[in-house]
Amino acid sequence: MATPSSNQYDVIVIGAGHNGLVCAATLARAGRSVLVVEAADQVGGMAVTREFAPGYRVSSGAHLLHQMPLALMRELNLSGHGLEFAATSLATTALGDEGTGLALACGGTPGAGWTARDAAAWPAWQGRLARFARLLHTLLAAPPPRLGTEAWTDKVALAKVGLRLRLLGRRDMREFLRIVGMNAYDLLEDEFESSLLKGALGLDAVLGTNFGPRAPGTVLTLLYRLAAESAAGPMPLALPRGGLGALSLALARAATAAGAAIRTASPVERILVADDRATGVVLASGETIGAGRVVSSADVKTTFLKLLGPEHLDTGFVRRVDHVRTSGLAAKLHLALDRLPGFRGTAPAALGGRLVVSPSLDYLERAFNPSKYGEWPSSPALEITLPTVSDPSLAPAGHHVLSAIVQYAPYAPKAGWAAEKRPFLEAILARLEAYAPGLRNSIVASELSTPEDLEREFRVPGGHWHHGDLAFDQFYMVRPVPGASQYATPLQGLYLCGASCHPGGGVMGLAGLNAARRMLDAGDTP
Amino acid sequence: MAATAKRHDVIVVGAGHNGLVAACYLARAGLDVLVVERNDYIGGAAVSRQLYEDFTYSNCSYVCSLLRPEIMRTLELPRYGLQIIPYDGGCTMMRDGNHLALYDNHDALRREIARHSKRDAEAYDRYSRDVIRQCKFIRPLLLREPPDPTSFKPRDITELLYIGQRFHRMGEERMYDTLRFWTMSAADFLDEYFESEIVKAHFAGSSIIGTALGPRSPGSAYVLLHHYMGDIDETVGAWGFARGGMGSVTASLTKSLQASGGAVRTGAPVERILVRNGRSCGVALASGEEIGAKIVVSNMDVKRTFLDSMDAEHLPEDFVKAVRRFKIRGSSGKLNIALDGLPTFPAIPKGSPAIRGDLHITDTIEMMERAYDDWKDGRWSQAPYVDMLMPSQIDPTMAADGKHYMSVFVQYCPYELADGPWTDAKRAAFGETVVQAIERQSPDFRSLIRHMEVRTPWDIEREVGLTEGNIFQGELTMDQLLFNRPVPGYAQYRTPVKGLYLSGSSTHPGGGVMGAPGANCARRVLADLGRSA
Repeated sequence: MATPSSNQYDVIVIGAGHNGLVCAATLARAGRSVLVVEAADQVGGMAVTREFAPGYRVSSGAHLLHQMPLALMRELNLSGHGLEFAATSLATTALGDEGTGLALACGGTPGAGWTARDAAAWPAWQGRLARFARLLHTLLAAPPPRLGTEAWTDKVALAKVGLRLRLLGRRDMREFLRIVGMNAYDLLEDEFESSLLKGALGLDAVLGTNFGPRAPGTVLTLLYRLAAESAAGPMPLALPRGGLGALSLALARAATAAGAAIRTASPVERILVADDRATGVVLASGETIGAGRVVSSADVKTTFLKLLGPEHLDTGFVRRVDHVRTSGLAAKLHLALDRLPGFRGTAPAALGGRLVVSPSLDYLERAFNPSKYGEWPSSPALEITLPTVSDPSLAPAGHHVLSAIVQYAPYAPKAGWAAEKRPFLEAILARLEAYAPGLRNSIVASELSTPEDLEREFRVPGGHWHHGDLAFDQFYMVRPVPGASQYATPLQGLYLCGASCHPGGGVMGLAGLNAARRMLDAGDTP
Repeated sequence: MAATAKRHDVIVVGAGHNGLVAACYLARAGLDVLVVERNDYIGGAAVSRQLYEDFTYSNCSYVCSLLRPEIMRTLELPRYGLQIIPYDGGCTMMRDGNHLALYDNHDALRREIARHSKRDAEAYDRYSRDVIRQCKFIRPLLLREPPDPTSFKPRDITELLYIGQRFHRMGEERMYDTLRFWTMSAADFLDEYFESEIVKAHFAGSSIIGTALGPRSPGSAYVLLHHYMGDIDETVGAWGFARGGMGSVTASLTKSLQASGGAVRTGAPVERILVRNGRSCGVALASGEEIGAKIVVSNMDVKRTFLDSMDAEHLPEDFVKAVRRFKIRGSSGKLNIALDGLPTFPAIPKGSPAIRGDLHITDTIEMMERAYDDWKDGRWSQAPYVDMLMPSQIDPTMAADGKHYMSVFVQYCPYELADGPWTDAKRAAFGETVVQAIERQSPDFRSLIRHMEVRTPWDIEREVGLTEGNIFQGELTMDQLLFNRPVPGYAQYRTPVKGLYLSGSSTHPGGGVMGAPGANCARRVLADLGRSA
């Protein structure tokens, strides 16, 4: 194997999604020679902007930035690398069936449509959840400890978790230990009276998951979201100018500025193994690139079962990888519109924010029910944005783009998406029309990405945007699987840094950052 | 309204099995104990009742598996007449006629599973080993008082360390498995082992009994364990009938109590638990009679104890709020049926012992999950999960020769219907749904029915006094287990009122005819009195 020195790196990062780029930038800044190889023609993974109809562009995966820590964005100087925001601190409007609405300013300050009781209960609720979110964030920002080892680092890390819990104080600690395993439905029913409010908060708890609001563990996912947002500083729920792809471009520039090389349109065929350690990658083109370490931001199944191959792993580990639940339940709807739609009971100013269709917890639960049986809901729950309100560059003048996350779309409907996609799109549009009369007449083009489409577009099995369910049994030290929860894997020299790992996806960047730190801390990067 | 002359050491409110277990331990320690029961009969939800001719119905709980062997031994229940008759296997029947017979014999069971899937037969050993490992981990915790994780008291810290050490001893891999097992759904857990629908559906059945969760709800795998903990003859997972019906459990407890000098008064509903200066001092009966006692042990569920039987002024506001939001949901119904003869089930081969065991009707996890969806919407399912037993085949005391008693447990049945309260007509329609489901498996079943008692959660609440008719006195979800049960900070059987304790299934470790809450409560009372058990 004639390996020119130009084809040998300290680290190869597989995948230029936001986690891969954060990892690459962090390693390059620490002086490592880094190559990022990306299968797609552009960087960004699920944080990309794509033209879905002539002249209309949209963030085709994630469509809001609300979880990336401000400290990380500053550290990588993303604004210096071209990241601008078209809008920050978006308000949320919960759309009601009767043309009513309920407004939540960013950070959830009560606005129009609130009942006096809910407004009175809100500050205590928000304060408590914010304290829990801050506690949880300390867990997100560090690799999970291993259990049952003799290593003092693990023991210290575990003790720290216990100590932080204690430092909440008795009252908060009890409340935290009670609600953390609860379902969002019961907790919200206990706290609030307005269906619209409960429905909107319930959607936050289940967006991107495989659960309805009655599923135990959905308070954890709600806290998780708040935890990630708690570090996003003054700009939670932000729209990067040019869509999420602009964030990825800034990340890529940060990485290259630090010396990393990025090669797009270079799908990895397999990870090279010699003497029981990862030594590089082979591209689909047949080209071989060597590296001291390989770190994969691809999901756990692709990494181990496809790129590495089960023959390099023991059966128990392969079985665990096989069992990771990766079926996504969220679809993505993109509409090209020839005018700005009007939503009943919603002030035009609110259209630049986040619009939520989840008028009650029961509505949300009923939207979830069919997905359990490979069916789609006739009344889905939606998170809608109209990015062109604040960023007209995404569409022709005067025209608009609607981007919506549609919950719940089964990964594999019984009749197959080929037959089901059309009627599902019809159902979603009918739902939208009820809230925004006349919307259908303004549609120039439409695109519905089912989990199956997302799987194809983003090369993620199941089309799951977290690369696997966020649930207690796939969380923290068991994420993605025991034996690979600390970013290192059973194969020497191979690491994980994608959303499969703790703390998951959601354009947070922490998996990539934690992985890079782990590799640097371990001191075993060349 | 003069107080009676006699003042007892302890009054136990409710002669259910846990109340009696607590009473027995306290009486054995030399305390003067009186149990007051609102019904005219003893037993709470562990009763044998003759409601039709000479048939005996175990008309609430219907099998014995969870009763702690330590309690049976200490309270000498066999000596006082309790006899557990083990039964062998059973059968799970699908609507399309397919079935899975269950045998205690390991090889026979494996052969039967292999008939559906060879891979599942291979996986079965791995499955049993893993589930039994979880049983063994949790079993010693049942008879221990949960620690308060927010406390710095030596007892709490020692107890936390005890749990931590047991956990640690499992080894790294098993610790992760345990974390996952405790939090995942039964459906996901079973998917990791099995491929055939009937095998998964059979095991998933245990995960939904008595709970307001579906087999796909996270946390339901743990409930599966709760039903796997049978301890007959120390065989993990075995089940048995109490000879003479479940009332024999509480009858033997009563005899054991009386032998230690305790007494039970039936037909004595408690109107109020009396509190003076922040201390409980007795109870007032509905008749107006007041009975004084140093200590009151409430075997009622946590809502009935604090919301219905006490003035809120005696309780901290936060505590009352916590009790209000404690989830106790009615989700199961029950049919008790007197049969003229043994019905035939074509799915069960003639002469097979399977018919003497647990007979389930279910198809798939999807069928159970859909039944749960119906429950969420305030309907009973048209295709319910049914668990039938005919103990009279093994226990001749339950019915005359040739006649049979059938216990039918039904999941899910709502406490409140979407279209308003239960009526006689709706109850009859619910019963008919179940009868039709059974009839599909047993063509001659309907013709053999002599008498049928249909019980909805609403009926169970009214008769037994369990809130919403919930058989566990509270959902077995993560937020209501261990140190969270029933209320964080009050998981040690004590309450905000000095001298008032809880002994029912609302407390750790929860429901089932286990007796552990009663025993744990008695231990706490005695420790607080400075006595040893």
